[in-house]
Order: sequence, then structure tokens, then C-alpha cells
Amino acid sequence: MDQNLTELARQIRSDIADEIFAAKSGHPGGSFSCVEILMALYFGGVANVDPQNPQWPERDRIVLSKGHAAPALYAVLANKGYFPRKDLTTLRKFGSYLQGHPDMKKVPGVDASTGSLGQGMSFSVGYALAGKRPGRHFNVYTITGDGESQEGIIWEAAMAAAHYHLDNLTVFLDHNRLQIDGPNEKVMNIEDIVAKYAAFNWETFVVDGHDIDAIVEACKAPRCGKPRFICCNTIKGKGVSFMENQAAWHGKAFNEEEYKIVKADLGV
Amino acid sequence: MAEFKPTRTAYGETLKKLGDADPNVIVCDADLTQATMTKFFAAAHPDQFYNFGIAEANMMAASAGLAHCGYTVFASTFAVFGAGRAFEQVRNTICYTKANVKLGLSHAGLSVGEDGGSHQAIEDIALMRSLPNMTVLAPCDACEMEKAVYAAAKINGPVSIRTCRLATEIVTTPETPFEVGKAVVLREGSDAAIIACGIEVPEAIHAAETLAAEGIQVRIVDMHTIKPLDEEAIHAAAKECGAIVTAEEHTIYGGLGSAVAEVLADNSHVPFERIGIKDRFGQSGAPKLLAAEYGLDAAAIADAVRRVVARKG
Repeated sequence: MDQNLTELARQIRSDIADEIFAAKSGHPGGSFSCVEILMALYFGGVANVDPQNPQWPERDRIVLSKGHAAPALYAVLANKGYFPRKDLTTLRKFGSYLQGHPDMKKVPGVDASTGSLGQGMSFSVGYALAGKRPGRHFNVYTITGDGESQEGIIWEAAMAAAHYHLDNLTVFLDHNRLQIDGPNEKVMNIEDIVAKYAAFNWETFVVDGHDIDAIVEACKAPRCGKPRFICCNTIKGKGVSFMENQAAWHGKAFNEEEYKIVKADLGV
Repeated sequence: MAEFKPTRTAYGETLKKLGDADPNVIVCDADLTQATMTKFFAAAHPDQFYNFGIAEANMMAASAGLAHCGYTVFASTFAVFGAGRAFEQVRNTICYTKANVKLGLSHAGLSVGEDGGSHQAIEDIALMRSLPNMTVLAPCDACEMEKAVYAAAKINGPVSIRTCRLATEIVTTPETPFEVGKAVVLREGSDAAIIACGIEVPEAIHAAETLAAEGIQVRIVDMHTIKPLDEEAIHAAAKECGAIVTAEEHTIYGGLGSAVAEVLADNSHVPFERIGIKDRFGQSGAPKLLAAEYGLDAAAIADAVRRVVARKG
């Protein structure tokens, strides 16, 4: 992986930690696990976007369907130049445009208001349909969670995307295998989710979700007339000793001492 | 001779005409094109039509995505599914984002008839009215429906349009004015006012005819827009008529009657009654029999008017 991107990933995780520490609430575990997926899109040359013109009608759309990972999206957008990095620590505060969950009406670069799980996936199907209308040619990239995949609307959307041959739609699964109440298989087993998408007639890929090159490569594979599912195997809380693979770090903020350990672990 | 036509048919025919004129109008349905009457649009403009199958939640959120790419989207299904089953998609993807999506909510009320209580939406107005950014329309007949659909298409934001299955009497004319948020007085009178919406408007007019023969002159206010509500028309009715009855084919909790009561409670205290479904579900049966059983017909409305007039003192 490009040394600059490795450094940027460290910077983005540090920014996420700053956001959540300042907000005193938020979702660190799932924010840390999806950093490289977002980076592949915004910094890996995948998505056709322009930070100077976030409302450009023909841009590719990027939808964070697992909206509780908003701190990760905001950190990536700020580092991409959509808004000042210094605003990140206003997260979740009264009057800030950085709402607890992404709000497309408030945040430059946010393409869908998400947080109610499953709906971003369905919203993306609408975007992808629009991207194939006469005179339009844009792609749609959507990041889902594995707990989120328990929502019925995910499968309604998956059915529609295949039915309408939406090969301009790529859905990532941030497969960290944990949700608030514990491991997926204990809360509600999603079983072989790659086989499920394949059965819905999607093209499927499995990659290391912390390997930006691998994610980019899967995104750039030639299109075959089907929507694309990229299962990204990830580690919840990636990069921080006490957070990795701990469901308890789904939705709580660090105290002062923990915050110092986060920074030390990240080497910043 | 009175002419009868379902408001859902006017909805479908008008959508087709909108599509003739504008390639940016998109219609979505969830396997009910024959019932919601989007079949006219689908046949004429197949490239502007998406069938989502029996998956209303997905249809609503996908409609929001389409709308945010510059299209005017009409998402159509039964009111019980569009307002009920997909409520949270309507809330978070359409209203929260102010998406340019119109909900065509058909088969509202008991006049669905034989399909029974599972399919008779009695709470859709209450649900849609509770959502910020949502405009709520309940036109009274096929003629007014056409104007309502054109008006909805001109609004840049969410609109819900309530349509009914039953062929009901046309009581307005192409010349009757229609403006969103502005009630229409269809009949003048100063002894009492009936504020009605949807297919209760023709019933209210029949009640007024009966009452006129008894010497009670009733104003008929067609409140086709439930939100934003025409508060001025309500205050005028209270002041000039001194007694008010509301009539809707909907539960008495949270619909037109509640909305009018909220306005009256703030300012004008006059004898007041609500005609609506009194906290029970519908059932199978011919629409006429259901209207009588649930106290929604012209006779029930006339009785309510006699009571409020008697209370005026």
C-alpha cells in the first residue's frame, strides 16, 4: 500500500478519535473498521467526485448506509477538502452541521441522510436507477454493515438492483462480524452473506477490508451487467489495542485515559 | 344527472398527462398498477416507470434517491402500505431529506369495501400530517384530483395524495378554484359549517340539501389540503356560522377533525362535532353499508349538524 495512504489512514483514525472524544459520544468501533473502504473510494481513484463542487449532478454518489460510522465519513471528507478539518470536533454539538448521523442537507459531500439502517442501500438503488437514465452515467458506492444486513429492506433493495441490472452500483460490506449486542452469529446469524448476494444474482468479491489496493482492484474489475457486492473482511476498532474485535466499543466514547492510549496505539 | 368516478382513476389519468409533457416525471409502483391506476402512465411511458414489486419500503427510499437526482417522482401504492408499512422510509428518506417525492396513497378509507379492514387505511392522514415537510392532500372528487396532481407536481418537496377506490360523485367543476392550502367553499350557509375532505364532501353536500329543506342553511368547506391547513377558512366558518362539523373517512384521532379542533381550541369556541371512524377498524361489506354502520353517510352528518345547531343557544 502506498506509504502516503498508510499515513493518511493513521491521520483519519486520529481525526475520528478527536471527533468522538470531543463529542463524548459516538460509534468508534465501526468507524475505525470502514476507514480503508472510504479511503479506497475517495483517495484510491475509484469515485469520480469533486470536493469543490459537491452538488455536481453527474458525480458518483457515495452512501454510508451504516450511518453510525459518520465520524469516519466526516474525517475522510474533511481530509479530502470538503470542509475544514477543524470543524470535526464540533461533531454532535448543538448548531454543528456535523450531525450525529449523516445529513445530506447539512454536510457538503454527504450524498444520503442515513442512520436508519438499511435505508441507505435502498436510497442507493434509486441513485443507481437515476445514474442509468438517458444522458446520465454515474456510479454509486454504498457501504453497509453486517448487523445492518439483518434489515429486510437490504434484501428488497438487493432484489431490485439485480432486477434492474444496476451494474453502476457497488455495495461494500464492512464485515467486522460484531454489532451492539455481540457477534452477528449470536444476535442474528447472517450466515454466508456472500452466497446470499450471489443468490440474488450479484457479482461478488471478498477482500481484506483494510487493504486499499485490494478494494480498489475489486472496484475497477470490468462490469458484467450485475450489481457488485464486495465483502470486506474488517476488524472492529482496527488499530487500537483495547478496541479491536470488541463489541463493547460499538457505541461509546473514550475517557481521557483511553483517548491517550488510542493516540499512542495509532502512533500520532 | 350526477357523474361518478373514482379519484384514483383521475390520479392515474393525470399522471399519464404529466408524463406526456415532462420526461423528468417518474412513476413508481409496488405491483398495484391496476389498482392505483398508474397503469395508464406505465403503458404510455414505460421508460419513466419502475415497478418495485411487492416491496413498498424499498420503493419509498429508492424514490427519494431518484428524486435527489432531479426527477419528480410519484410513488404509488395502497395508503395502508405507503403511509403505514413504509412510514419510516417516508419519514427518514423522503421528509427528512425534503425529497421531491409525491405519495399516491390509494384505497384510503372504508370505501375500499369488500377487501376488509386489513386494507382500509383509516390512519394515513394522521401519519402523514405528523411529518415535517409533508404536504397532505385529500381531494374530494375526480375533477379536483386532477388539479391536485398538477399542483403537487409543482411543489418541490414531499406531498401525499389520498385517493379512493370507489366511484364517487363529482361535485366540483373544472372552474372550481384549486390552490394548495386554500379551502374551497362549495355551498354558502350561515347556520353551521361542515368542513370535509375526500369523499365525505359529496356526503356533506347531500346532508346540506336535506337540512336546507328543514330551514338549516349549511356552509360546505372542502378542505382538500389537510396540511398546511387553511386556518383562516376555519376561523371564518366559526365566526360566520357559529357551529362546525368535520367529516372525514378516517379515524377521528389525528385527522382532519383533530386538525380543525386544534385550530378552534386556540381561538374560536363554537359547538363542534367530528364525523369519522370512532376508534375501530373497518370490515368487509358494500361501501354504502359500511358508511351507514360507521356513521359516515349524509344522514349521520345531518344528525351531527342538527345537534351542533341546537347547542348554539
